[in-house]
Amino acid sequence: MEVGFPTIKSRKLTIVNHIPISKTLKFWEGLKEGKIYTTKCKKCGTIFFPPAGDCSKCYSSDMEWIELSNEAEIETFTHILVRPATFQHYEPYTVAIGRLKEGVKVLAWLTGAKLSEIKVGMKVKLVAKVTPEGEPTYEFQPI
Amino acid sequence: MRKVAVIGVGNSKFGNRQDVNVTELAFEAVKPALEDAGLIPKDIEFVAVGSAGAGAWYEEALPAVIAAEYCGLTGAGLVRCEAACASGSAAVFTVYSAIASGQIDIGMALGLEKMREVDTLTVVELIGRAGYYLWEFHNFGMTFPAYYAMHATAHMAKYGTTEEDLALVAVKNHKYAALNPVAHFQKEITVDEALSSYPIAWPLKLYDCCPVTDGAAAVILASEEKVKELKIDTPVWIEGIGASSGTGNLSKRDSYVGLKSAVIAAQKAYKMAGVGPEDIEVATVHDCFTIAEILAYEDLGFCKKGEGPKLIREGQTEIGGKIPVNVDGGLKAKGHPIGATGCSMIYELTKQLREEAEKRQRQVPLKKYIALAHNVGGTGHYCYVTILRR
Ligand SMILES: CC(C)(COP(=O)(O)OP(=O)(O)OC[C@H]1O[C@@H](n2cnc3c(N)ncnc32)[C@H](O)[C@@H]1OP(=O)(O)O)[C@@H](O)C(=O)NCCC(=O)NCCS
Ligand SMILES: [Zn+2]
Repeated sequence: MEVGFPTIKSRKLTIVNHIPISKTLKFWEGLKEGKIYTTKCKKCGTIFFPPAGDCSKCYSSDMEWIELSNEAEIETFTHILVRPATFQHYEPYTVAIGRLKEGVKVLAWLTGAKLSEIKVGMKVKLVAKVTPEGEPTYEFQPI
Repeated sequence: MRKVAVIGVGNSKFGNRQDVNVTELAFEAVKPALEDAGLIPKDIEFVAVGSAGAGAWYEEALPAVIAAEYCGLTGAGLVRCEAACASGSAAVFTVYSAIASGQIDIGMALGLEKMREVDTLTVVELIGRAGYYLWEFHNFGMTFPAYYAMHATAHMAKYGTTEEDLALVAVKNHKYAALNPVAHFQKEITVDEALSSYPIAWPLKLYDCCPVTDGAAAVILASEEKVKELKIDTPVWIEGIGASSGTGNLSKRDSYVGLKSAVIAAQKAYKMAGVGPEDIEVATVHDCFTIAEILAYEDLGFCKKGEGPKLIREGQTEIGGKIPVNVDGGLKAKGHPIGATGCSMIYELTKQLREEAEKRQRQVPLKKYIALAHNVGGTGHYCYVTILRR
């Protein structure tokens, strides 16, 4: 920030939200076991990713859990150098959107590939994992 | 529905405005808008404030309330509109609808944003969270440059668009900003400078991005009856407004080579105004990132899908070309105070249609006097297209 003009500092406030995950718990638990589950509407058959407790197509709340295949094809990607304040402790990272066999798409980090080697249309696999901080997540990896 | 006209506009200086707080900044737009319309604050029956960062990048949680108080507008009907980077257009839409329906006769849309009270990486974080926090930010740290970079990657892969094409957009918009007294950046740049600027989110570089800007813009709208009663000499009529939206999860979009919400909003606006893309003589489009301007050419029908790069290469979007775009410097170089941008677009087009653009080199020659504003919120999460005619 530019200095030079007089300012008053606001009081410092730290905000942490507690985000409910009851309706998608199986997804978050599954990641810890290396599995990627998502929901499918029992009434109209729509598969959702991200998983949803309610169907936005037919408004049914009768959903079943299915396990996703791990094969994906990259539709687009970027490599983020200027990172948000809370991502400063990471090295620059690559984010991709991949289409799975089931038709749903996933946005996640793509690790283990050089930027120059990544191409639209490239086949990758989607892998569940737990971060060093113990947070469940998922990422794409080259095959 | 009643006809509605723009009868007064004001725009603060855009830039790093640490000399003023959020209400003082609002005053810099409200005062000239009232003077332009020949009105006093108590004439304004309703105020809609477009602002996205209330309580986040600036400290005040109720900007509409305090801006109205500071500008002597308290007592008017009041609301804050949020449509991310299209909040200003959402405010215009709200006031337009209130007048068209007969609810009020005179109202003000005030776009307002004070983004430079926190450091850049906090702004990058706050904007990055404004997609779908849980699914795209929490674990993956998406940023706005990154969302548009994904569109650039897809457009490059499908249509052969190059980094040079993107640089040309930046060069054009910096050129016009250097002629616009309210613009954040007042300097021209070269293609080489743009190409060698540092990477932000590959393939986008610093000069592909709009800056973090403070600014305010105000637009006063009135019914046809009031326009006559007040003897406004050059009313600028709102002929069409179209609005649409896209999913929060980018992963749920059909494609990344355009913004469907922009296509739909444009179709609605063209239909309402009874005009087509070929009738538009000057446009302000949402070039928050250079690729976004190219997507806009295509989504608005200024060219065929995939031919946006050709339009910029041929200079067709400069003054003298087929359809001059962002001759105020655009978001890229005039700056993008998120909630103010939509109102600032209407400010610019009103000046253009009245043939009052400062400086004179920026005035677009007009025959039909039809202009279009395209304002995207987020990455096509919201979109508003507004068509004006003198
Ligand atoms: C791209 C970005 C990260 C750069 O931020 P930064 O590196 O912190 O930039 P700073 O403010 O420190 O400025 C560094 C220099 O670059 C210049 N600069 C900053 N942003 C610029 C831009 N977008 N274009 C051209 N020059 C820019 C500054 O004038 C400054 O020059 P100086 O040193 O000669 O004064 C930031 O501008 C950004 O996040 N922009 C996008 C905002 C956004 O996402 N908006 C919503 C879109 S929908
Ligand atoms: Zn269903």
